[in-house]
Amino acid sequence: MKSSVIFAACALLTLALLANGLHQALVVAPTEQTMGDVQRIFYYHVPSAWTAFLCFFANFVASIFYLVRRSLRSDSMAVASAEVGVVFCTIVLVTGPLWAKPVWGIWWTWDARLTTTLILWLIYVSYLLLRRLSLSEQMPVVAAAMAIFGFLDVPIVYMSIRWWRTQHPQPVIGGAPGSGIDPVMRHALYANFLAFLAYACLIIWFRYMLENRQNRLRAMEEVSWVPVPEGAEPSFADEAIQSPGEAS
Amino acid sequence: MSMLSLTRATLGKDLRLEWRSKDSFNSMVFFALLVVVIFSFAFEPSAEESRRIAGGLIWVAFLFAAMVALNQTWAREVRNRVLDAYRLSPAPANALFLGKALGNFIFVVLMEALITPLFVVFYNLRILGEPWLLALVLLLGTWALVVNGTFFAALSLHTRNREMMLPLILFPISIPAILAMVEATTAILTGEGATGPGTNPAVLWLKLLAGYDIVFTSAGLLLFDPILRAE
Repeated sequence: MKSSVIFAACALLTLALLANGLHQALVVAPTEQTMGDVQRIFYYHVPSAWTAFLCFFANFVASIFYLVRRSLRSDSMAVASAEVGVVFCTIVLVTGPLWAKPVWGIWWTWDARLTTTLILWLIYVSYLLLRRLSLSEQMPVVAAAMAIFGFLDVPIVYMSIRWWRTQHPQPVIGGAPGSGIDPVMRHALYANFLAFLAYACLIIWFRYMLENRQNRLRAMEEVSWVPVPEGAEPSFADEAIQSPGEAS
Repeated sequence: MSMLSLTRATLGKDLRLEWRSKDSFNSMVFFALLVVVIFSFAFEPSAEESRRIAGGLIWVAFLFAAMVALNQTWAREVRNRVLDAYRLSPAPANALFLGKALGNFIFVVLMEALITPLFVVFYNLRILGEPWLLALVLLLGTWALVVNGTFFAALSLHTRNREMMLPLILFPISIPAILAMVEATTAILTGEGATGPGTNPAVLWLKLLAGYDIVFTSAGLLLFDPILRAE
């Protein structure tokens, strides 16, 4: 009961943050000089990217935790953060071309940041696929190893693609001297980042609780399983719950 | 037994078995040959073009062919319940992993040594850069593919359609290594960019490849034990 009240409060808070972010991005922030209104995608594109990277980092930490402590809760955290990370990464990959077409004149270019984000997306989709297609009870170990490999790959991917080519603008936050943006724009950016981060945390929390419940259900099913005598009514557990290996 | 002698024993066993049956080696070489032939129909390159695209073609061919061997890595051990025996023994799991990876490495390098001359003949390649660097790219690149491939083949043992799973999880992680191999090979073949000592782009990519090898060999050695015990 209590946790659901806290959850509802957090959901309301997130909603308020998102509304504020929308207002900041569409109304308060000034229109960009050369790009015009299309630049407002920036307030969704960049915060989504940051949020996705934080989700993948959370997945990495949770995976290490799982391998050290072997608690299923860490694994729930890993799957929740990876799934939400993939969603935000998808948002980045969709809003990017939408912005690039009117500004650069092309939908896609094989530039360092774009390519890195795409490869990141591919790695974590393959991670989720591995989880989905795993047979054994030991799927969390396998998934944790894969997650660590995937995260180790990110800096190498970034470095290699940067040597390959670069077209994406340099970072406007904490970039080279001379870069930077209008303070009002920066405020709108941070407001949206906060909102997206809160939203991501909310969904991760929800997914984490769901996964924990599924784990508990599986554990209960294993303990309470007894062969049903012939002619007897099938028990609830037989009908409603698939065994973990068959769940798809 | 020490780690070294165990690795040697695993490697020796794999080499002897494969030498006698040549099952996966023959299919791997034939597969690579098929890919090379099909590519030459698909692209029909001129001499100048082929020098530019050959780096990409040859590595794609090797990557696909290596999949054939990597997918078979653990098949024999699973069939004969070797992994169960290994779990019961106090032997370090790393030795098994290292032996397997080295075995795969030797066979994939042999396959490449057979196919590369054919590739040069079919595509009329004349190497404009330094050929000895090409050997280095071949060794470092193959190790990058094989060390991760051996590890991920062990991961995919736990999945439903393991043969299909391996490329799905291996390719995304291998993208930077593949990029480095292709770029280094192309730089050597075309001899471009090497304007003075220390500016050869091939050397830059070789450094990246070496870094990739070190990172993922360490990760594989660190994480193989929990994977083996997971059952």
